[in-house]
Amino acid sequence: MKQGPEEKTILEDVPWADEPPVILPGQTYGSVTDEIADAVLTRPIGFGWLAGLLVGMTFVAILGMAVTYLFIRGVGIWGIEIPVGWGFAIINFVWWIGIGHAGTLISAILLLLKQTWRNSINRFAEAMTLFAVACAGMFPLLHMGRPWLFYWMFPYPASMGVWPQFRSPLVWDVFAVSTYFTISLVFWYVGLVPDLATMREKASNRWTKIVYGILALGWRGSARHWKNYEALYILLAGIATPLVLSVHTVVSWDFAIAILPGWHTTIFPPYFVAGAIYSGFAMVLVLAIPIRYYYGLENMITMRHLQNAAKVMLATGLIVAYGYLFETFIAFYSGSTYERFMIENRWFGQYAIFYWLLILMNILTPQLLWIPKLRSNTRFLFGISLIILAGMWLERFVIIITSLQRDFLPSAWGHYIATRWDYAVYFGTIGFFATAIYLFIRIMPAISIFEMRTLLPEAEVKAE
Amino acid sequence: MSHATHTPPIYGLMAEFDSSTDLVVATRKAYAAGYRKMDAYSPFPIDEASEALGFHKSRVPLIVLLGGLLGGSSGFALQYWINVISYPLNIGGKPWDSWPAFIVPTYEMTILFAGVCGMFGMFALNGLPMPYHPVFNVDRFSMVTRDKFFLCVEAADPHFDIVETQQFLESLQPLSISEVPH
Repeated sequence: MKQGPEEKTILEDVPWADEPPVILPGQTYGSVTDEIADAVLTRPIGFGWLAGLLVGMTFVAILGMAVTYLFIRGVGIWGIEIPVGWGFAIINFVWWIGIGHAGTLISAILLLLKQTWRNSINRFAEAMTLFAVACAGMFPLLHMGRPWLFYWMFPYPASMGVWPQFRSPLVWDVFAVSTYFTISLVFWYVGLVPDLATMREKASNRWTKIVYGILALGWRGSARHWKNYEALYILLAGIATPLVLSVHTVVSWDFAIAILPGWHTTIFPPYFVAGAIYSGFAMVLVLAIPIRYYYGLENMITMRHLQNAAKVMLATGLIVAYGYLFETFIAFYSGSTYERFMIENRWFGQYAIFYWLLILMNILTPQLLWIPKLRSNTRFLFGISLIILAGMWLERFVIIITSLQRDFLPSAWGHYIATRWDYAVYFGTIGFFATAIYLFIRIMPAISIFEMRTLLPEAEVKAE
Repeated sequence: MSHATHTPPIYGLMAEFDSSTDLVVATRKAYAAGYRKMDAYSPFPIDEASEALGFHKSRVPLIVLLGGLLGGSSGFALQYWINVISYPLNIGGKPWDSWPAFIVPTYEMTILFAGVCGMFGMFALNGLPMPYHPVFNVDRFSMVTRDKFFLCVEAADPHFDIVETQQFLESLQPLSISEVPH
């Protein structure tokens, strides 16, 4: 966002001759404003959007039914059973919260690293974070069995005189996830305020104007306001950066602090964080590719963004591969019979097919991203992102299920089969996520307008 | 001031510019001419504009720091009081004050309070939400959220004189000059 004198303007910022630019030339303050705002304000509601929303809402309805039935009957309608007590609920929790991580990475970490290309994708990536964390948050609540007692997790003066036990990572998780959601919301809203003022001025409908006007809080672009605003924005980025790394670290501790083979390992925090960013960037591409295509935003979300996202996926994917490799190495190197059996069970056990699919989808296929030609093929990127998302889901499945179903004593072994209600809740949250994204791109500017203006060469104040 | 203060008949005079450079140059000149009660308006943040206004230091970082300290200390105190004083639990034989285990919620509370205090602090310092402000009475001003830049010299400034200030603003060669009614 800040463009100091030592930095190149965005049009000059092309490291190689054939590297696509961050924003295509020929844009003005007015044209970026119109292009982004009109996608919300004047564009008619299309059939494709309605159809997509309808599909999303159908799954929200399925989610509603599944959750209602869950409340009536209890978690027994799911496939969870002793010894596998965590099942789909925790797999999906970890999967969703991981997806959210890319949004914060783009909005905060890339801001601190002065990666100006982030300006065109941070807004919807932050929205993606919010919706993904909302989906993630549902699962531990539903998994509690008695979700109406969720407030027991928080420290409050209960009449029974009991308090949470702060040495448990599950309590840390409550703090980590609720802080993460709140700070993501703050970051997103603060970033939106100047754009809401733009929407307020551009809206022609009286009620639209009033609603945007209230949300914009009377923003008038004063230089003093901008100064305070910028100070806050960079500080929020600074505090969100360690936050995003901490959240998935805490999630990984939910596992790593248990003594179960396959969970009790120190590599979990970095390996979980890398996996989170990996799947998050895949989701960014799954959203960005259709949005830029259908809303004609190819001159702002350029091939540069897609290629950079592909490179981040390649890098984090290799960190994840390193994690898998070292899990295996340590299992043999440790000399622990239980650790070695855990790996053999993953390779040849009841759920071996999922392990090998995971290796194929998460490690082998993404190596195609080394090929520059494929990195600039949007259809390929869309497809591989879906594969990575599925692969990362399988990773959590393998970690949770194979470790729980075969622990130390063969007499305690069991197995896990998901029921239709597991699938209903899972696909229901995907529908919730899709519905939220569909509504978001029609209600809020999907790209940060004021940050796009700062990318234009004329935004720089020339020396007298 | 000996003479009776009275509300000036207008809020100020506003000049419109086409580029960030023009706005910054005009603001610097107005500051040099002795005007202090004025503000520059732009569609995106311009560091040089607030510098030119003589507004060098934001108090937001202090608020964020205080919020973070408050959150962190209250977070730790809460856990200490709960798990050491009010409701001690023996977990794996660990000491009552097993502070390393309290770091994570302490840390999360630091971040939470720093961020939330920062947001409310920033809006409070900016006087937002503000449902009405005189600058919006100028029709052209709606362009400030799009592609135009404005400098408003307020009538409350001691140097303000409707004729002289108008002439001064004209010397800056703006696109237009408007009176800002209350």
